[in-house]
Amino acid sequence: MKFVVPVAIFVALALIPLLAAVGVHVPGIVTLIASRVMIFALAAMSLDLIMGIGGLPSFGHAAPVAIGAYAVAVCDAAGVQAAAAVIPAALAAAGLFALATGAVALRTRGVNFIMITLAFAQMVYFATGSLADYGGDDGYTLSARTTVFGLDLLDAKRIYLTTLVVLIAVYVLLRVIAASRFGRALAAIRQNRGRVQALGIDAFAIELAALVIAAMIAALAGVLMANQAEFVSPAYAAWGRSGELMVMVILGGLGTLHGAVIGAAIVVLAEEGLGAVTQHWPLVLGPFLVLAVLFFRHGIVGGARR
Amino acid sequence: MSALLRVENLHKRFGALVVTDGVSLDVMPGRIHAVIGPNGAGKTTLIHQIFGTLAPDAGVIRLDGRDITRLAPHRRAQAGLARSFQITSVLPEFSALENVALAVQARAGSSFRFFRAARGQAGLNAPAMAVLERVGLRARAGMVAGSLSHGEKRQLELAMALAAKPRVMLLDEPLAGAGPEETARLVTLLGSLRDACAIVLVEHDMDAVFQLADEITVLAQGRVIAHGTPGAIREDAAVRTAYLGEDF
Repeated sequence: MKFVVPVAIFVALALIPLLAAVGVHVPGIVTLIASRVMIFALAAMSLDLIMGIGGLPSFGHAAPVAIGAYAVAVCDAAGVQAAAAVIPAALAAAGLFALATGAVALRTRGVNFIMITLAFAQMVYFATGSLADYGGDDGYTLSARTTVFGLDLLDAKRIYLTTLVVLIAVYVLLRVIAASRFGRALAAIRQNRGRVQALGIDAFAIELAALVIAAMIAALAGVLMANQAEFVSPAYAAWGRSGELMVMVILGGLGTLHGAVIGAAIVVLAEEGLGAVTQHWPLVLGPFLVLAVLFFRHGIVGGARR
Repeated sequence: MSALLRVENLHKRFGALVVTDGVSLDVMPGRIHAVIGPNGAGKTTLIHQIFGTLAPDAGVIRLDGRDITRLAPHRRAQAGLARSFQITSVLPEFSALENVALAVQARAGSSFRFFRAARGQAGLNAPAMAVLERVGLRARAGMVAGSLSHGEKRQLELAMALAAKPRVMLLDEPLAGAGPEETARLVTLLGSLRDACAIVLVEHDMDAVFQLADEITVLAQGRVIAHGTPGAIREDAAVRTAYLGEDF
């Protein structure tokens, strides 16, 4: 029973390429939006590891996404498109970023943690904007997409399926981590940090490791995002992005992991759908979020489970 | 016999307020050492300093001869100190078994394992179950800790402390808020723990203290005003005026 909802979500996402394979016409916009949903879901899911399971509300999770995206741009400018170089570069850069900023941010709790993670993300935002070699504020258009062992797995046709596979693999990985001794310790720290310390567990080290893991997954989302848009800009690190990721996790259901997919779908569809009707679409999404927090304290997935 | 836990000449002040004023105390293996005193005597502050959640201004704390004065709390726990909290402190979303299994995991120093599911590991669950049995919570193993009764949460806290196989356990008011029946059960349980480890017991329930303690140290205004067996403390004139009252 536990896996009915996540399996249903992934089957639904797999239907799009399946239908196309049997000759049903799927409009390009549907595939495009669905792959956007999946890429955001990947980033939101990694945020759920630290925010939902670990209780660390990072308001700067767009930063590692942007770092992953800029790794693609930097490699592209150097004429490197091989994923074997791009992905390790993205993961290492985001991992180091999380290690350094996390070591500082973890000295604080609660609202202070939110503010300091936001501050670090803003630094990334302005730093990327000052990268004149990569377009500065205007951003950077990729000369070519990343290739995986010489295969064009990230071209416009195949990026959907590749993203789906990555999303499922990351979901399984995060489920395994959540159920492990590490995951148990992380969830325990959220419930009562002092108690866990008193048992002899180094809470700081566990939290820092979780931040690094989450940042690396977010960087992977950034690599996919850059390839999908064939464009990278400081907007990837904008604070609004970090906020959107938080909204996705909270709407979907904190700590559920697959709830992040549903949350991402709602936010992306609201942006696309309501955005077509009015440019003031956040006016609709805002009250909706308030209602969700009031009546679905455990998110849509958590609320349905109860 | 040498002391297992030795506190030497501890000093701590918050601004002008001296909360620990040259406290020394020796905890012998297999003994229950009670620390009593009026409110504000510095009992909990002392526990905090022994466990490392507060740093003393001066003085030395040794565990089995090793200087632990500057160690972080989780390192002291690894060295063999365990503590319970004045305010009930369990992990409310976990089952009773998971609470204790986490303590076993902490003892094994193995929280950086990412891939095997923790829930089914016999290496964690079997010792956890044995400790739950010992504190009388076996039947509650599967229950979410947040839904246990107050007394059961107290028992669970003791189980978590015990599961770490400590050499010295610091218990800060383990009977606080427990009803008469729960108190009787907890006192029996605490008495039976002597063979597992030495205990530093801070407690306001004087009946329980005089029933359990092998040695008593009395604090008043951050200073040790008396130390001895329960019999000697009961007769001590200074203690009677400072704390116990004439008719105890």
